[in-house]
Amino acid sequence: MTPEVGHYALVLALGLSLIQALVPLYGAQTRDVALMRLGTSTAIMQCVFVAISFGALMTAYVTSDFSVANVFENSHSTMPLIYKFTSVWGNHEGSMLLWVLILAVFGAAVAVFGANLPTALKANVLAVQAWIACSFYLFILLTSNPFQRLARAPIEGRDLNPILQDIGLAIHPPLLYLGYVGFSIAFSFALAALIEGRIDAAWARWVRPWTLTAWMFLTVGISMGSYWAYYELGWGGFWFWDPVENASLMPWLAGTALLHSAVVMEKRNALKVWTILLAILAFSLSLIGTFLVRSGVLTSVHTFATDPSRGVFILCILIFFIGGGLGLFAWRAPLLRQGGIFAPISREGALVFNNLFLTIACLTVFVGTLYPLALESLTGEKISVGAPFFNLTFAPLFIPLMFAMPFGTLLAWKRGDIYGVTQRLMAAFGVGIVAVAAALAVAGVQHVLAAFGIGLGFFVIFGAVIDLTERVALFRRPLGTSLSRAVGLPRSAWGTAAAHAGVGVTLIGIVCASTWGTERIVAVKDGQTVSLSGYDLTFDGMVQRQGPNFRELAGRFTVSENGQVVGALSPSKRTFSARSMSTNEAALLSRGFSQLYLSLGDANADGSLAIRFYYKPLVLLIWIGTLIMAFGGILSLSDRRLRVGAPKPAKVKPTLQPAG
Amino acid sequence: MRRVVFIALLTALLMPFHALAVQPDEILKDPALETRARTLSQELRCMVCQNQSIDDSDAPLARDLRLLVRERLVKGDSDKQVLDFLVERYGNFVLLKPPVEPQTLLLWTVSPLMLIVGIVALVVMARRRRSVALDSGRLSADEQRRLDAIIKPGGPD
Repeated sequence: MTPEVGHYALVLALGLSLIQALVPLYGAQTRDVALMRLGTSTAIMQCVFVAISFGALMTAYVTSDFSVANVFENSHSTMPLIYKFTSVWGNHEGSMLLWVLILAVFGAAVAVFGANLPTALKANVLAVQAWIACSFYLFILLTSNPFQRLARAPIEGRDLNPILQDIGLAIHPPLLYLGYVGFSIAFSFALAALIEGRIDAAWARWVRPWTLTAWMFLTVGISMGSYWAYYELGWGGFWFWDPVENASLMPWLAGTALLHSAVVMEKRNALKVWTILLAILAFSLSLIGTFLVRSGVLTSVHTFATDPSRGVFILCILIFFIGGGLGLFAWRAPLLRQGGIFAPISREGALVFNNLFLTIACLTVFVGTLYPLALESLTGEKISVGAPFFNLTFAPLFIPLMFAMPFGTLLAWKRGDIYGVTQRLMAAFGVGIVAVAAALAVAGVQHVLAAFGIGLGFFVIFGAVIDLTERVALFRRPLGTSLSRAVGLPRSAWGTAAAHAGVGVTLIGIVCASTWGTERIVAVKDGQTVSLSGYDLTFDGMVQRQGPNFRELAGRFTVSENGQVVGALSPSKRTFSARSMSTNEAALLSRGFSQLYLSLGDANADGSLAIRFYYKPLVLLIWIGTLIMAFGGILSLSDRRLRVGAPKPAKVKPTLQPAG
Repeated sequence: MRRVVFIALLTALLMPFHALAVQPDEILKDPALETRARTLSQELRCMVCQNQSIDDSDAPLARDLRLLVRERLVKGDSDKQVLDFLVERYGNFVLLKPPVEPQTLLLWTVSPLMLIVGIVALVVMARRRRSVALDSGRLSADEQRRLDAIIKPGGPD
């Protein structure tokens, strides 16, 4: 019964979305306020019905209702409860349901928090939002129904893919989808503006919080996915340039560009056309990502060709929205009037530079990801485009971008003084140069590139610090004045500085972990000790353990440094009987920001055990940096000027500061 | 009883594990050669995997390729000779960084070209905008006359 309720609720949500797709739009054209307002209630009700539908599927999973084909395929009665929840989206159908749930939540959020948007704009935004929702409801109902019943209910399920039985599945996909789908709001706002043919600085102010929210979720989502891959896949890599990862990186790059160009539009009423285009592109890339991951085209162009129903459906959605969005853009964008003139050397100019490089970086990833698919379907020739290609082409674009970052935040609007800014950045240059020298002294001249990477990281971090100290006039005014200025500083200024510093932190982590990481791949016998980068690892034998739905063979290892025991590591091999699959669980030991990483290899006939033992210096900085970036996003979002739906002018000027 | 446990443990230990990437028995004695082998392995694709290098992959084919690379290196091949040998055998598909050829020309050039196009477009736009700004900054003869009238002492108002 419950699955049928879920199925029916989804059909009702489709019906509501059809109404919402047409009525508010018509209302906006005819200036009928009642029709325009309808979108608000339908968006909220859509969210309720999709939530019911999602809850129904979750209930089927938690109660292990194997009469539902989707549950039978992806669950098992002995699975721990948390995985019964998460396996809802550990499969194609369920993950699409999560996708539309998040879309509906965002739609309802616009309906609720957008109370002070102009009525026509809100009506158009919700209508566009409903077109997207409508096409995805149809996709689920027609090609990927998660509520399909089996005629004869099996006693036991086939279990969730063991690789997915991890806390990572609870965190990574929902965050990633919140990011992907969050860009739909920016898309809807862009299309609504094009439909109206009117756009102004207020538009940018309304759309920025949504973009920022999506960007934050996507940042953390990608980062947590990277950490999950790092500890789950067993060889300690953190980014593989896999097409699936690239699919999430592209909207992130476009979204980051959008965030920055929206600032220019809000503050200076310039870059309007470009901002609209980026808003369309960011969500288009999210759709392309969904297509790449969900259509099976990545596994092989041939699997896609043999079972094309789903792929072709998403491809049609893709063409409709990207084509429609860009078509509307081409038709209506000339109506938008450009404002705000600025000199090339100015804050605007720096943000244009940022946008150029981020867009080209995004293009590089796009071409590298899709080229092999295009080439194979056109000529039949197979080529591979992997990490070596991306490392070579992506890094040269990101280095100038990061170098320019501290300059950008210090340059004045309209016309900046590059010499003055360079002078103010002297301290950051100094720190960077000291970092380069220190890295060279410690690591030797052969690591000159890595040393410069670290110097760049420090320059970026201290550039962000200088941005703050300049704003509060630290050391130039009495400390009390600086302090009160710091209190009065808009939160978005703190947010910008934090996000930029986070980029530097991540860079340092990437450089250190990939340059100075060490490894030992050896076979060890009971009692034997292996040394690596100052740590001694002693093998204390194997132990057999029984998990809820797996058997586990774990190695016991003691780690010591200078004769002192500092911790224990217990990597294991798990065998899941339901799918007769095994997974490799690496063991990690954090030492400050560095990590020791141990995973098991084969057991040999002579009783020895192969192990892979890694030392990853400062590797945690990679993810800590991304968390700092997201935290910067939260700070900015809490800025009163940017708070969701805050187009009201500031009521009173902030209280006067004591005279300095 | 103890015997049963022992046998159970033994069989468990001998169970064919999901083999992991580079194995201890593959590693070459000469560290310089081994480093070259690892670097090469990261550039080579495991053809039965999805976008994994043979260095990362635990597929049996990847192991065969790793052994093959090491065998060639030990025989004294240069890095390029090893890659050429593998390309001859398996085609360009085996390289994770495709060579620049007519059919990959677009792949390699599209980003740099677009970067140049973008910079040129920005420069042109900035120039045009500047000249517009300069033009609009100048007053027409009529405006100038009205301005003079206002500035002149005893003008209107």
